Amino acid sequence: MEFILSLGKIVFKRFLMKEFGKYVMFLGSLFVRRETFATYYKLTLEECIQIGVKSASLVALVSFFMGAVTTVQTAYNMVSPLIPRFVISQVVREMTLLELAPTIIAVIYAGKVGSSMAGGLGTMRITEQIDALEVMGINSTSYLVLPKIVASVLMYPLLVILAGVCGLVGGYLVGTLTGAVTPTEFIYGLRYNYNPYVITFALTKSIVFAFLISSISSFKGYYTQGGALEVGISSTAAVTTSVIAVLLSDYFLAQLLL
Amino acid sequence: MIKINHISKSFGDKVILNNISGEFEKGKTNLIIGSSGTGKSVLLKCIVGLLQPDEGNVFFDFRNFTEADKEMKSEVRREIGMLFQGGALFDSKNVEQNVMFPLDILTKMPLNEKLDRVNFCLQRVGLENVNKKMPSEISGGMKKRVGIARAIVNNPNYLFCDEPNSGLDPQTSIVIDDLIQEITHEFDITTVVVTHDMNSVMGIGENILFLYKGKKLWEGTKDNIMNSGMKEFDDFVFTNKAMRNLRERAV
Repeated sequence: MEFILSLGKIVFKRFLMKEFGKYVMFLGSLFVRRETFATYYKLTLEECIQIGVKSASLVALVSFFMGAVTTVQTAYNMVSPLIPRFVISQVVREMTLLELAPTIIAVIYAGKVGSSMAGGLGTMRITEQIDALEVMGINSTSYLVLPKIVASVLMYPLLVILAGVCGLVGGYLVGTLTGAVTPTEFIYGLRYNYNPYVITFALTKSIVFAFLISSISSFKGYYTQGGALEVGISSTAAVTTSVIAVLLSDYFLAQLLL
Repeated sequence: MIKINHISKSFGDKVILNNISGEFEKGKTNLIIGSSGTGKSVLLKCIVGLLQPDEGNVFFDFRNFTEADKEMKSEVRREIGMLFQGGALFDSKNVEQNVMFPLDILTKMPLNEKLDRVNFCLQRVGLENVNKKMPSEISGGMKKRVGIARAIVNNPNYLFCDEPNSGLDPQTSIVIDDLIQEITHEFDITTVVVTHDMNSVMGIGENILFLYKGKKLWEGTKDNIMNSGMKEFDDFVFTNKAMRNLRERAV
């Protein structure tokens, strides 16, 4: 037991804390030797299109089916005649807005955008493009990573709103078309006992998740060393680390804010 | 002129560079040569500031770059152009945007002036009608030329080339070497080339610094390469029978 504890301490101190310290220093380096506002504006817009607009169709598709499946499964479990049918859409609303839209979409976002960020930066690192920026006197972390984080923080909440809407539309369509719930009951359930704070909570989570996914993925990609194999490893590490960070922060935010 | 003073660099326990000093003269192509793994690229990275040496200093025209503050470093870096081994062109930008990039970031030039300068540099390296091509659409030799055009677009005082001939056929290598030498003389800049290509050494080696296992063993010009009197250097230079015969005839 003592051996396991001491091993744990060594791993924590030598690797996790070292990595965490490096990550904090990486974040700090984003804000020194910055370029002009116009440079960041253009880069951020490009990133918004790349990571936000181009993810919209995938997010819409996934959330539509998540809403649809949630409706079908909730209806399937509603066996008691004493429970009114509008409860189905109430459950779908709470699940979609509180958890499915911000958190599950975050996992998908990490897989699509996070791996792409890590892969892109990793490739830039191994092909010396980052060195080329540094030699020109440009702060490469700030130039390459800051627009990605800003774009992510701006776009991901919009994607979460889209996911929420698509999830509820999916639930509505499948619920009414299969006859599990009538349109009136579904709308009534959506409005019943609605607490707007849910949206505030979901959007707060989405900002935190967006920051974590973009910064962790960029960090993993930026410090890639080696060749093509290591770029792949960085992309995988970016996704797994981001997802773990998202799930941990999801728990802490729920404890703190609900 | 660039001066390096007692540069040492280690990674963990492994000593890569051991107390290296030397001078790279203005208006000349200065070569850092040596076998693979002798620390040539590490030395180059220490000089341009991509790596911090453990000991020693680098002076750019008497300005101590190693111990300079951020502003001074930034100022010196704006006078540096660098050609990387693989070209290091930005994949997401076309040839014109790649060459224009230093001007976009470092100057406030109007667009038409920037375009003129880009076209001049592309013409200077022998490239025309490739402005809108992406890096993936051009050959290795063309990438190197674009890299050189990008390196000189900002009128640098110092040009660094890391293995400019790697991956190129001998004929294209000579073209690139000649181009580097011509640019050095034409713009009167200090050029440092890292290479292990003997064609380059014999072709453009106006000042040569030979590294062996992290140490500087020899310094000279291509003209006195035949009589270095150093076994390690001779082993590096005269690797094949043809070269050894050439040397015997010369001696």
